[in-house]
Amino acid sequence: MTSILRTYLARLLPQLIALVAIVIAISMTFPGFLNLDFQNGRLYGSLIDILNRGAPVVLLAIGMTVVIATKGIDLSVGAVMAICGAVAASFITSGHSLFETILITLAVGLLCGMWNGILVAVLDIQPIIATLVLMVAGRGIAQLVTEGAILTFNDPGLIFIGSGSFAGLPMPVVVWLVFGVLVALLVRQSALGMLIEAIGVNRQASTLSGVLTPVLLIAAYMLSGLCAAIAGIIAAADIRGADANNAGLWLELDAILAVVVGGTSLLGGRFSIAASVLGAIIIQAINTGILLSGFPPEFNLIIKAAIVVFILVLQSPRFRTAFAFLAVPGRAAKTTEQEAK
Amino acid sequence: MKQKYLPLTATILIFVLSYALCAAQYPNILSTRVIGNLLTDNAFLGIAAVGMTFVILSGGIDLSVGSVIAFTGVFLAVVLEHTSMHPLAAFALVLAITTLFGALMGVIIHYLEMPAFIVTLAGMFLARGMAFVLSIDSIPIKHPFYATLKGFYYKLPGGGRITLIGGLMLLVFAVGILIAHRTRFGTNVYALGGGTATAKLMGVPIASTTVKIYALSGLLAGLSGIVFSLYTSAGYSLAAVGVELDAITAVVIGGTLLTGGSGFVAGTLVGIFIQGLIQTYITFDGSLSSWWTKILIGALLFAFILLQKGIIHLSRDDRQRA
Repeated sequence: MTSILRTYLARLLPQLIALVAIVIAISMTFPGFLNLDFQNGRLYGSLIDILNRGAPVVLLAIGMTVVIATKGIDLSVGAVMAICGAVAASFITSGHSLFETILITLAVGLLCGMWNGILVAVLDIQPIIATLVLMVAGRGIAQLVTEGAILTFNDPGLIFIGSGSFAGLPMPVVVWLVFGVLVALLVRQSALGMLIEAIGVNRQASTLSGVLTPVLLIAAYMLSGLCAAIAGIIAAADIRGADANNAGLWLELDAILAVVVGGTSLLGGRFSIAASVLGAIIIQAINTGILLSGFPPEFNLIIKAAIVVFILVLQSPRFRTAFAFLAVPGRAAKTTEQEAK
Repeated sequence: MKQKYLPLTATILIFVLSYALCAAQYPNILSTRVIGNLLTDNAFLGIAAVGMTFVILSGGIDLSVGSVIAFTGVFLAVVLEHTSMHPLAAFALVLAITTLFGALMGVIIHYLEMPAFIVTLAGMFLARGMAFVLSIDSIPIKHPFYATLKGFYYKLPGGGRITLIGGLMLLVFAVGILIAHRTRFGTNVYALGGGTATAKLMGVPIASTTVKIYALSGLLAGLSGIVFSLYTSAGYSLAAVGVELDAITAVVIGGTLLTGGSGFVAGTLVGIFIQGLIQTYITFDGSLSSWWTKILIGALLFAFILLQKGIIHLSRDDRQRA
């Protein structure tokens, strides 16, 4: 058991170090950063705020990790967030109960994911292009649902999901923690995760060895759609309204970035949901840090670009061989051998 | 008919049919004024889409286009406001910057062997971030030279105008078609799209071609940014969000295969016209809401992807029979 724990920690180590370094760097300049208050039955503080604000990206990153592990990508998650937020707002305002609203919204998210999955798995379209269709059309559909307006609502139950608290934590944090643990358990306690990785490494080979590739692919995109639906509900509940134009705008890019920061390769294969969640929190911590430090928020994008380039260089096959060659000659031969295979 | 012309023919057919349908309902849509506006309003998108066509033909993708357009606009606005530099010199400077920017992305894509998607995503963040750093406000451009440039137009019979930027787009398309079909570089781009390994074996210089493709896309995105700043007379860092998607859509509707290797620059022009026509129709109609544009374009995109799949399937069957 300890050895499993140790390999797990080793996998997450770079992300953990990065996160701790960022938190230390911010708290050096802002001593109050680490303070946690307990008021009105919930925790308050900058750290909690990071976890809370990061909720949509964390949720999207969970689904995106699984999709990327199959060597795919889901560009439509931002648009699906907008659709689901719009559906939730229109159902709750037309008098449906909270339970029905959430159930229907999640079903819509699953349906959007299924559409993407069928395009990728059955029609065999490249994932970038297949999900581009829904990305382009999705915001139009969301506006169709809200009829171009920002639909506001004041159902206390739905608002609770965005700004309530449970067991001392803000509700969005509780939602992503529970959902993330459930998904991680589902894929890692069964063979699902391994089969998904197999598809990502070589789809044809895994089909030939009896993996139900189309079903798993569709399921992966449906999971991503479900994550987008939950994120859409949280985003809508947070502002107490559905904004078809701006809900989830460009969050697909943040989610992909979170997965990349988490060290899951865009070329498919091995994945770690915990690492992607950490990646999303790292991105949010940087956002918050930049806001706190009084740097203009404009620098945010440049820093993100720098991070992407840095990680790209680290992940680059050519850089890895060169680096391994410099470090341990014996190991270098091994890595090149593996790559040759 | 050769199969490689099938998507292009379908695109042209759809355009002619939809134009005829629109004209049957609103005869005014045939007026040269509408046609002139169609050219002017879509000029920046068209120029960016030419660069995107080359990138997609080579089997890559460039997500940085919209951000580069915004950066170019802000850069021009800031330079013209704070220095006495002549706009033409500023144009040359900004084109050099965006070309270098594109070339740099090409270098990273080739030498680090990373997917174009994620490299140009970083480029998108970087260009947008640079635009933000230059200025977060919308800066008007009041230079008299801009007014002179806007004053140039060719008057069509019927009152329509082909403005400088509309004409420039047509010129860029013409040059793009020449480069794609009449130069060695163009042939190399098609070869690269057909498969890197095969292209390498045929002696195509992979490295220089990849770098040149992304440099060309950067150059045309910069030119598109100049046109956009002429069109809006302002530089704004939040402008042109999502233009890369419109450009990709135009390329696909234009019949270029997204896996690379097959397609026409001319098809992209028709793709641009179809998108413009949908928008014009919605404006003419007045009662349709603007979100139908997105839904219709999404549906068209889907239809064309299916068409491409069908064609690939058919050609595979043919080869097996032969």
